[in-house]
Amino acid sequence: MIEFKDFVFFVLSLVLIASGLSVITSRNPVTAALSLVLAFFNAAGIWLLLQAEFLAIALVLVYVGAVMVLFLFVVMMLDINLDKLREGFWDYLPMAGFIGILMMVEMVMVFKTKQFNLSPLAEALPNSSNTELIGNTLYSDYVLPFELASVVLLIAIVSAIALTLRDRKDSKKTNPADQIAVKRKDRVRLVQMKSEEKYVKSKAKERT
Amino acid sequence: MNSIYSYLAVPLLPLIASFCVGILGRKLPELFASSMTISSVFIAFLLSCLTLNETLNGLVLNQTIYQWLNTGHFQFEVGFLIDNLTAMMMVVVTFVSLMVHIYTMGYMKGDAGYRRFFSYISLFTFSMLMLVMSNNFMQLFFGWEAVGLVSYLLIGFWFERPTAIYANMKAFLVNRVGDFGFILGIAMILYWTGSLDYATVFKNVGVISAHTMQLFGQPVSVMTVICILLFIGAMGKSAQVPLHVWLPDSMEGPTPISALIHAATMVTAGIFMVSRTSPLFELSDTALSFVMIIGAITALFMGLLGIIQNDIKRVIAYSTLSQLGYMTVALGASAYSVAMFHLMTHAFFKALLFLGAGSVIIGMHHDQNIQRMGNLRKYMPITWITFLIGSLALIGTPLFSGFYSKDSLIEAVKLSHLTGSNFAYFSVLVGVFVTAFYSFRLYFLVFHGKEKWRLQKLARHDDHHHGLSPKDNPHESSLSVTLPLVLLAIPSVVIGYITIEPMLFGSFFTKSIFLNPEAHPTMEHLSHHFHEIYHGPFGMALHSLLSLPFLFASSGVLLAYYCYQINLNLPKFIFSRTQSIYRILENKYGFDTFNEKFFAFGSRFLGEKFWQIGDVKIIDGWLVNGTAKSIGKLSEKIRVIQSGYIYHYAFAMVIGVFLFLTFFIKI
Amino acid sequence: MIGLSHYLILAAILFTISVVGIFLNRKNIIILLMSIELMLLAVNINFIAFSHYLNDIAGQIFVFFILTVAAAESAIGLAIIVLIFRNTRSINVDDLNRLNG
Repeated sequence: MIEFKDFVFFVLSLVLIASGLSVITSRNPVTAALSLVLAFFNAAGIWLLLQAEFLAIALVLVYVGAVMVLFLFVVMMLDINLDKLREGFWDYLPMAGFIGILMMVEMVMVFKTKQFNLSPLAEALPNSSNTELIGNTLYSDYVLPFELASVVLLIAIVSAIALTLRDRKDSKKTNPADQIAVKRKDRVRLVQMKSEEKYVKSKAKERT
Repeated sequence: MNSIYSYLAVPLLPLIASFCVGILGRKLPELFASSMTISSVFIAFLLSCLTLNETLNGLVLNQTIYQWLNTGHFQFEVGFLIDNLTAMMMVVVTFVSLMVHIYTMGYMKGDAGYRRFFSYISLFTFSMLMLVMSNNFMQLFFGWEAVGLVSYLLIGFWFERPTAIYANMKAFLVNRVGDFGFILGIAMILYWTGSLDYATVFKNVGVISAHTMQLFGQPVSVMTVICILLFIGAMGKSAQVPLHVWLPDSMEGPTPISALIHAATMVTAGIFMVSRTSPLFELSDTALSFVMIIGAITALFMGLLGIIQNDIKRVIAYSTLSQLGYMTVALGASAYSVAMFHLMTHAFFKALLFLGAGSVIIGMHHDQNIQRMGNLRKYMPITWITFLIGSLALIGTPLFSGFYSKDSLIEAVKLSHLTGSNFAYFSVLVGVFVTAFYSFRLYFLVFHGKEKWRLQKLARHDDHHHGLSPKDNPHESSLSVTLPLVLLAIPSVVIGYITIEPMLFGSFFTKSIFLNPEAHPTMEHLSHHFHEIYHGPFGMALHSLLSLPFLFASSGVLLAYYCYQINLNLPKFIFSRTQSIYRILENKYGFDTFNEKFFAFGSRFLGEKFWQIGDVKIIDGWLVNGTAKSIGKLSEKIRVIQSGYIYHYAFAMVIGVFLFLTFFIKI
Repeated sequence: MIGLSHYLILAAILFTISVVGIFLNRKNIIILLMSIELMLLAVNINFIAFSHYLNDIAGQIFVFFILTVAAAESAIGLAIIVLIFRNTRSINVDDLNRLNG
C-alpha cells in the first residue's frame, strides 16, 4: 500500500500535467488561462509537500492572484479572431512532439542516475518555520539581491505605465519648448494696403 | 673676411634676389628684376674674388654653420669648406653667372618671362655655390639636386613648346638615374665611415679600403664600388655616355642658360665632385680606369656627332659633351688638377661660344640653322672676333688658354699606365682633330662664305617671324649682349698662360686634391716635362708646334677650310658615299631610340599593366569591391534567419537548448 | 518512496510540455506567454525539490527572486501586447514581422 504522501504527490502531479496540456491545446484562451491557474494551484500543493509553505502561499498569492488575473484581463479585453489563429495549429506537432519527447527522454535518463536518487536527509526538523528560515537568510545573506529585486519591480511598474499611458483628453498643457521657438514671422504679418486718400477725397467732395 | 658668416653672403645674396624677383617682381618694372639680380651676383663675385685672395694666402676654412638634423648616430649639417679649389670654383661660377645675367638683359628683352628668367638664374647661382662650398656630402647632394631642378625649370622655360617639355623631362629623368647611383655611393660612405663630413671621411679612407664586399657573387673592393657609384652620379650630371642624351636636347632652353648651366657650371659639378673626392678615387685603380674609358668614349664619339649638326647650338652642345669627356679622361689619369684647370678654361671659352651663338641667333631673328647663314663677319664684327677667339681657344691654339689645359691633359693621359689608357690617348688625340674640324666648319659656315639666306630657294619667313627674309641684313647686337662677349674673351686668351704654373705644378691644389704619387706618377712626370723640358709656359707653346696635337689640330682646320670655303661640294660627296655611317651619326648612335623604345615605352607599358590589372582588377575589383560584394552576398543568405517572427526565434532557442542538452550530458 | 528524481522528472515533463506548447502556439502570443510561465514553474519545482533534499534554503531564496522577476516580466509583456493590439488591431504573430532583416 502506498503511503498517503506519495498518493497525494501522484494525484497532484497528474492534475498538474493534465492542466499543462490543457493550457497548450485549448482553443479558448480563457480556458487556457484558467487551466494555468489550476496548474499553479497544484504546483503550490506540491511545494507544500516539500515543506516550502511560504513559497507555496506566495505562489498562489502572487502568481494566481496578480499575474493570472492580469492575463485574464488582457485576454478578455483583446478581440481575438480565433479561427485565423488556429490555422496550421497541428502542422508542427510531429516535429514538436519529436523534439519534446527527445528532450524528455534525455532529461529522464539523467535524472534516473544514482546521484539524483536522493531521499530526504534524515536530519531533525529545524525548530523554526520555513518562513522564519527564509526570512533569516533573505535579510542577512541575500539582502542586496533583495534590494535589486525591489528595483526590478519598480522598473516594471514604471515601464508598464509609461508604455500604455494615454493622455487625458480634457487636460490642457503647454509645451514650453514650442513657446520659445516661436518666431515673429509665425505671429505677425505685415499687410500692404492702399492709402485712404481716395476715400477721404471723395468724401470731402461729397460734402462740398 | 672675419667669420664664416660672411662667406654665407656669397650664396645667400643671389638666393634673396631670386626670391624677391620671383615673388614680388611681377608687378614691378623689368629694370627692377635685372638690377636686383645683377647687383647681387656682382657682390657675390667680388666676395668670391676676396675669398680667392685669402685662400691664395693660405686660408683653409672648414666650419659648420648650422646643424640641420641630429639622429644620434649621424649629424647632417650645413657648413662650408673654403680652400683653393672652392675659391676657384666660386670665382668661375659667379663670373660666368654675372656675364650671363648682363647678357640676359639684351637677349630676353621683350619676353613674357623676363623676370622669371632672372629669378631662375639667380636661384641657379645659389644652388651651384652651395654645391661647391659644401663641406659634407649631404649639402653637396642638396646643391646637386637643386641645380638639377633649376636646369629642369630653365630648359622648359618656354613651356608652351612641346619639344621644350620633352627636353626638360628627359634632362630631369636621366639626371635622376645618375642621382640614384650617387645616393647609393653616399649611403655606402655613410655606412662605412659613419659620417658624411668630408674631413672625417677622408681621414677614414683606410677603413674603407681595407674591406671587400660581395657583389653579384664576386668579391669586390668596397672602395671601387663606392667610387664607381659616385661616378655614376657624375655621369648623369656631367653627361657622360650613356647618360649624355639629355644635353643636346637641353638646347631647347634659351641660349643664356645653355651658356651658364650646360657649358660652364652645372655640367662641371661632376668633375668638381670627383676632384673633391680624390682621396677616395686614388685608392681604386679599377674606378679610375672606368672613369678614363667612359671619358674617352664620350670625348671621341660625341665629337664625331658634332660634325654633322646643322643647328648652331647643337654643334656647341656636342662640343661641350666632348670636352667634358676630356675632363673625365684627365680625372681617370689621376691628373685632377689638369681636369680642374681645363674645367676653368673651358668654362670661359665655352660660355663665350654659346653667348656668341646667341648673338648670332638674335641677328638672324632666331633662325638657328647654319646652312642659312654666312658672311656674318661683315655685319656683326664684335661677335665675329670673339667667336673666333673662342674657337681658337677651343681647338688648343698655342698661347691661348685652351691650349695649355688641353695639351697638359693629353700629355697626362699619355703618361698614365692604367688599363684603357692607350685607348684614351688615342681618343683624345683623334678628338683634337675632330674638335678642330667641327669648330672651324661652324666658323666658316657662319662667318664666311656666301650669305645663304638671300638665296630664294632657302629663304623662308615662318609664322613665328623667325628667320631673315632675303632683303634683311643682320645687325650687331646691343651692348648688353656684346659686353659679356668681350669680357669673356679676355680670360679665354690669357688665363691659361698666367695660371698654369701655380695651378698644376704649384701649391694651388695640394691641400684640396689628394694624390698618390707612387701609384700614379702622372703629375710628377708632367711637372718634370714642364719645368725641365719646356721651361715654362712660353716654352711649352713653342714646343707644341712640333707635337702631335698641334699637327692634328691644324690639319683639322685646314680640312674645314678646304671643305667649306674652297670645294663646297666635297662634304655632300663624302656623305653621299658613306650613307650608312652618316645614318648612324644622324641617329646619335641609337641612344635616343633605345631609350624611347626600351625604357620609356617599357615603363609606360608596365605602368599600364599595373594600373589595369593590378590596381583596377585586383585591388579595386577583388579586394575592395570583392570583399564588399561577398559580404553582401553572404549576408543576403544569412538574412533569411531574421524573419521577424517570434516563433522562429523561439524555435531557434529551443533547438539550441536541445543541442546543449545532447552534447553536454555525460551518462 | 518518492525520491528527488520523481520531482525532477515531473519538472522535466512540465518543461517539455511548455516547449511543445511554444511550437504549437506560435501564432497566439498570449498562449506563448502562458507557456513561458509554465516553463518557469517547472524550474521552480526543480529548485524547491533540490532545496528540500539538500537541506539548503538557498534554493527557496532563488525561487523567491524568480517569482519576482517573472511577475515583472509578465506585466511588461502584457503591456506591450496591449500596445501592439492598439496599433495593429490583431495579435496574429504573422503581422508582427516588421523587425525582419
